[in-house]
Order: sequence, then structure tokens, then C-alpha cells
Amino acid sequence: MSAVDVVEVLAVGVLAGTIAGMFGVGGGVLFVPALTLIVGLSQIDAEGTSLLAMIPVAVVGTVRQYRKGLIDPVKVARIGVFSGAGAVVGAMLAAQLPEDTLRKGFGVFLVLIAGQLILRARSERRERLSGDEVRPGSE
Amino acid sequence: MSTSRQSRIPVSSAPQLAVVGLAGGVLSGLLGIGGGSVVVPLLVLWLCWDEHRATATSLAALTFAASIGALAHGLNGNVDVARAALIGIPAVGGVLVGTRIADRMEGDVLLMLFAAIQLIVAGLLIFG
Repeated sequence: MSAVDVVEVLAVGVLAGTIAGMFGVGGGVLFVPALTLIVGLSQIDAEGTSLLAMIPVAVVGTVRQYRKGLIDPVKVARIGVFSGAGAVVGAMLAAQLPEDTLRKGFGVFLVLIAGQLILRARSERRERLSGDEVRPGSE
Repeated sequence: MSTSRQSRIPVSSAPQLAVVGLAGGVLSGLLGIGGGSVVVPLLVLWLCWDEHRATATSLAALTFAASIGALAHGLNGNVDVARAALIGIPAVGGVLVGTRIADRMEGDVLLMLFAAIQLIVAGLLIFG
């Protein structure tokens, strides 16, 4: 890796972390391509390395959001334990299914979810703006 | 803004949260893409959580699947610790920036941006 490569990896790291903090995602969407394309790891090594890199990000983000009062540890544990179990099942299924079909299928699924999210965001925005109008100044 | 956040305190049963976790976990295991892209929409759309709580909880819950996944890959010799530190340590700085940016955003704006990122990821999956 050249010095330029190192700088690029550091920059992708900062960006991935920022997205993780804003949206509650792991950052793997940026970690994995950076590790294959810039660092030159194989896909499987990039996925494993990305998962390890995610842990300190998630831990630091969690501590920060807990202090902010946004996290109920019991709810996190309920989701987290089942997601850990689900990940094992998913990894076993992945070995049986064609990756290309999985990727395209998940892509279409994300488009459908995004459509629902946009509708929800628009209705919440309308609610927020109408609420602001109703609020009588400083009263 | 604080009042609107407090107005939607999440009430969810343990089985509902288990379903959210399982769905996120299975999909992340299938493609190695974080469960957050499923967990956040389920919490917001299905369980009607406030966006800020949903994203914070998703990030925290990720720790479980990421740890199990990293351990499994590590046992197979597919983890490069030095490279993980190289990309992960700057990302820790980034997460502190990202959470501060989210603090300043209304929930609906955060949700709209989340949807935009979903569409970009979907495009990469379908056409990449």
C-alpha cells in the first residue's frame, strides 16, 4: 500500500463511521469495497476484516447514544441476541444460494423499503410543519 | 424538537424485537451487509419508533452480529487485524461526528436521507 492508499483508506474510514453514526448502519457498505479495491484484500477477507472494524465503531457509538438517552439496553439486547442467531442462519443459507440472485433480490427489497420510508418521512414532515403553525408563538 | 421526540416513546413487545433482530441478522449473514438497513426501517415503519432512537438502537444491536461474524471469520483466518484498525480507528472518529450531525436533524429529514442511501446501495447491488 502506498501513502496515497493509506490516506484513502483513512478517509473512507471517517466517512463510513459518520454514516454509521447518522443512520445506525455498520459501515460495511463502504468498508468492504475499500478493503477490496484500495487495500487489495479478497472479498471474504474484506468481509471478515470489515466486521472486526465495525465493532469499535458500534461500541463507541453505543456509549455516546446511551449517554444521550436514546438507548434502552434491554431492547438492544433483545434485538442483538436474535440478530446474532439470525446472522449464523443467514451465513449458512448464503452458502446454498446463488450470490448474484441474492444481491439483486436484496436490492429490489431495499428499493421497496426506501419507497415506504419516503412516504413515512413525507407524512412526518407534514405533521411537523403543521404542528409548527399551530404552536402559538411563545405561549 | 425534543417534545416531538418524547411524544413517540417506543413500546414494543419482546417477540416483536426478536423478529426485528432475526430479520436483520439473517439478511446481514446472507450478504455481509449490516442488518441496520433492515433493522432501522422495521423499527420506524412497523413499531413506529422515533428515528433517533431507531438508529441509535440499531447501531448498538450491530455489536452482537458484528462480533459473532468477526469471530467466525477470524477462526477461518479471514480477518486482517492491522487493516481493520487502519479503517476502523478513523471510523470511530467518524461515528462521533455522525451522531452529532444526527442530533441536529429532524427525524423526517434523517429518514429521507436514510432512504436515499438505501436507494444508492440498492443500485450498487442490482447493477454493480
